[in-house]
Amino acid sequence: MLEVQGINKSFGGLHAVSDASLFVPAGKVVSLIGPNGAGKTTLFALISGFLRPDSGTVIFDGTDITGKAPHLICQMGLVRTFQVVKPFASLTVRENIAVGAHTRIADRKAALAKADGVALLVGMDAMLEQSAGDLTIAGRKRLELARALATEPKLLLLDEVMAGLNATEIAELVPVIRTIRDTGVTILLIEHVMQAVMSLSDYTYVLNQGVMIAEGEPKTVTSSPDVIEAYLGHGAAERLAKMEARDA
Amino acid sequence: MELLGFSLPSYGWSTIFGSTISGVFLGSIYALVAVGLTLIYGVLHIINFAHGALLMLAMYAVYFLWNILGIDPYLAMLIVVPGGFAFGYGLQRFIIGKASHGKDEITLLVTLGVAIVIENMALFFFSATERSVRVPYDLDGIDLGVTYAVYPELAALVGSFLITLALWAFMTRTDTGKAIRAVSKERQGAQLVGINVDHIFAVTFGIGVACVAAAASLLVPTYAVHPQIGSLFVLIAFTVVVLGGMGSFVGALVGGFLIGVTEQLGRLYLGESLGVITISVIFIFVLLFRPTGLFGVKAG
Amino acid sequence: MSERARLSGWTIILLTLALLPLYLHSARWIDFLEMTLFVAVLGQGWNILGGYGGQYSFGNALLFGTGAYIQALLQFKFGISPWIAMWFAIAGVVAVGAMVGFLSFRYGLRGSYFALITLAFAEAFLVLSRSLKSITEGGSGVQLALNQDPAQAIATFQFNFAGPFLKEYGFYYTIFTILLVTYAITWWMERSRFGAQLVAVRENEDAALALGINTFKVKLGAICLSSAITASCGVYYVQKFLFIEPGIAFGPSKSVEALFAPIIGGLGTVVGPLLGSVFIHGVGEATKMTIGQALGGRPGVDLILFGTILILVLAFLPRGLVGLVEAVWKRLSGGRDA
Repeated sequence: MLEVQGINKSFGGLHAVSDASLFVPAGKVVSLIGPNGAGKTTLFALISGFLRPDSGTVIFDGTDITGKAPHLICQMGLVRTFQVVKPFASLTVRENIAVGAHTRIADRKAALAKADGVALLVGMDAMLEQSAGDLTIAGRKRLELARALATEPKLLLLDEVMAGLNATEIAELVPVIRTIRDTGVTILLIEHVMQAVMSLSDYTYVLNQGVMIAEGEPKTVTSSPDVIEAYLGHGAAERLAKMEARDA
Repeated sequence: MELLGFSLPSYGWSTIFGSTISGVFLGSIYALVAVGLTLIYGVLHIINFAHGALLMLAMYAVYFLWNILGIDPYLAMLIVVPGGFAFGYGLQRFIIGKASHGKDEITLLVTLGVAIVIENMALFFFSATERSVRVPYDLDGIDLGVTYAVYPELAALVGSFLITLALWAFMTRTDTGKAIRAVSKERQGAQLVGINVDHIFAVTFGIGVACVAAAASLLVPTYAVHPQIGSLFVLIAFTVVVLGGMGSFVGALVGGFLIGVTEQLGRLYLGESLGVITISVIFIFVLLFRPTGLFGVKAG
Repeated sequence: MSERARLSGWTIILLTLALLPLYLHSARWIDFLEMTLFVAVLGQGWNILGGYGGQYSFGNALLFGTGAYIQALLQFKFGISPWIAMWFAIAGVVAVGAMVGFLSFRYGLRGSYFALITLAFAEAFLVLSRSLKSITEGGSGVQLALNQDPAQAIATFQFNFAGPFLKEYGFYYTIFTILLVTYAITWWMERSRFGAQLVAVRENEDAALALGINTFKVKLGAICLSSAITASCGVYYVQKFLFIEPGIAFGPSKSVEALFAPIIGGLGTVVGPLLGSVFIHGVGEATKMTIGQALGGRPGVDLILFGTILILVLAFLPRGLVGLVEAVWKRLSGGRDA
């Protein structure tokens, strides 16, 4: 579904993403993890057309979309959400979702009806008339997801939809994402909440300082020493192994 | 003025040089008006549409101080500069700041509203009559060979440098200046370390208006005062600020001279009425192709 | 407010506007109503781009003035019928608006920068209209010949010497018709995909892009619609006064008038500009009638009031008078019909 090949992006002298590649097969949930500032959001921006890569290619559904405008990429079926949510604050939840629906549907009534359906899917059907500006963080995250979903994507890029949510809210959102996958949408997600990464993803990539340092099954990847060091600092894997040995 | 296929008139070097010199004098006036505007933009990130109206108000103050109390316009600076500061401080603290809810686009509209109110109050109370101050020395001056410079022009030129220098010194050498710079760079951070941002905004606005009051003192001996005088300068001042780079004092000074010279040369070659089009054209081009201006770092 | 309540509201408003002048039967009041509706249309032109699209123009005089000049010059120089000239005027203004929009939006000018560039273009046109005498007749302006033949009243779009009804009400019903058409277009826009996308651009441009909206095209569409509406004000002005000059056409006053009404009435609502215009002109007229004598007819009072109202509305009514009306309505209907 998505193939990123050797993509590069630097800002001034800083290499935000260096020679990163990843592959997302159709119908799967793939996650992208890594410490803060690893370049995950930059990579999303490069894929979705918000930034133009210095080199490398992005192939979506068999088409080269490198450097295409974001709205065209969305119309082709690749949609992203934002880590810092961007609701249309003065509109209602229904109107927000309908904006997404309009990408495929010209008629206003049909778009609003579609919004109702999507709201039901993500569990926002009780908040349709609420103003987006009045939503809680959990509500806004859900709205971000719903709006993207309303564009009828083939591939959904979710940027930390779980961040800032409490355990209950996370537990509610995980099955929603699973349902979305079951309807045939491929998903690539950036996530810090490990519980979500483990239970949702089929495959995981780890990005550190702009470089892909590991990939594989979530379980294997998260126990790899390189990954632990990337998160916890140099020597951490060794210390962790010693602690585990002592406990056992 | 013919339209198409017209040929530029050719002038001798002394005429061109003379126009350039008078452009420099004109430019110093533009710089004077622009320097307060650029300060306000640099810190508050708002374009103060009321700037021209405040200039006009200060010019009336200078006029009446001369007309009623017989105070020399240059001496009046000692009164209108502190007065301008107080007025600007109050205006920002109690009206503009309160009414705009911290939203930049609302601030823009509030300053426009303030401009309209001030301009029409002037029209209401002072009528549209032009009033001018005749100082005894306004026609004395120095012969520069290619052109004759009167003392008021020289005063404006020197004044523009002194005010820019004073602002620069204030911003880099005093605690208040440092606090202002801190707020302009990192609004939330400054708040966290205990700087009262509302107060600093008002102080900045006050200083901006004080600058415009100083400019008024320097302008009154050469320009007649009327309610529309501010709007005559305001678009030019915007151009200067954008050209120089929003927030840059040096930019305002250099931008002022560039615009002044361009305008005078424009008048020389394109005629009195079409000549001023050069200002709008520069304005449009800078906005489109280099919104950071000559000395600006980052566009707002 | 429900769609049904809105429709009934509009029926009442439009019926009142249609019948009021016949009842008032006074030249002074009809003039007042014409002015009010004129600013309501001018305001709607601004509201499309500013209110719905969030792009605040400070130079709508550019659009008004261009329309007025095309309408005047085509008749003055080439004797073209006003009924044909108006289409050229609208098309010409749309072209100018599209050019400004293309440049501004292509180079990503937003907020203050967009306000400044619209102001700069209006100023440039002001200078040009004063200087290019061979085209625009320069600073003295364009004066159209007065038609004194009643039989030609409609053909010349001049009602000064028309039959009794047209003479009295012709221009009122002209601006009323323009209002009907432009407000119907806005009403339709608000309920269309284009309207939804325009509002999305205002609320968050990045999110709009991510959701597949061609934000550049949407903003360009809005400035074109805005231009067409504002052009109709220019056409109306020239036919009514048979005169246009640079200051009236491109000076700042029309730019300012255009934004007063929608901001005071309620940004991004169909009724906002009309409500705002009725309010400010009502207050202006009431002031003249009550303390006008004491003020001795000095100029500036209107604008002092309008400016003050603008600041007060910005400070206390973020959604304008419409917000106030809706809050009152909600309370009256016991919160059932929000």
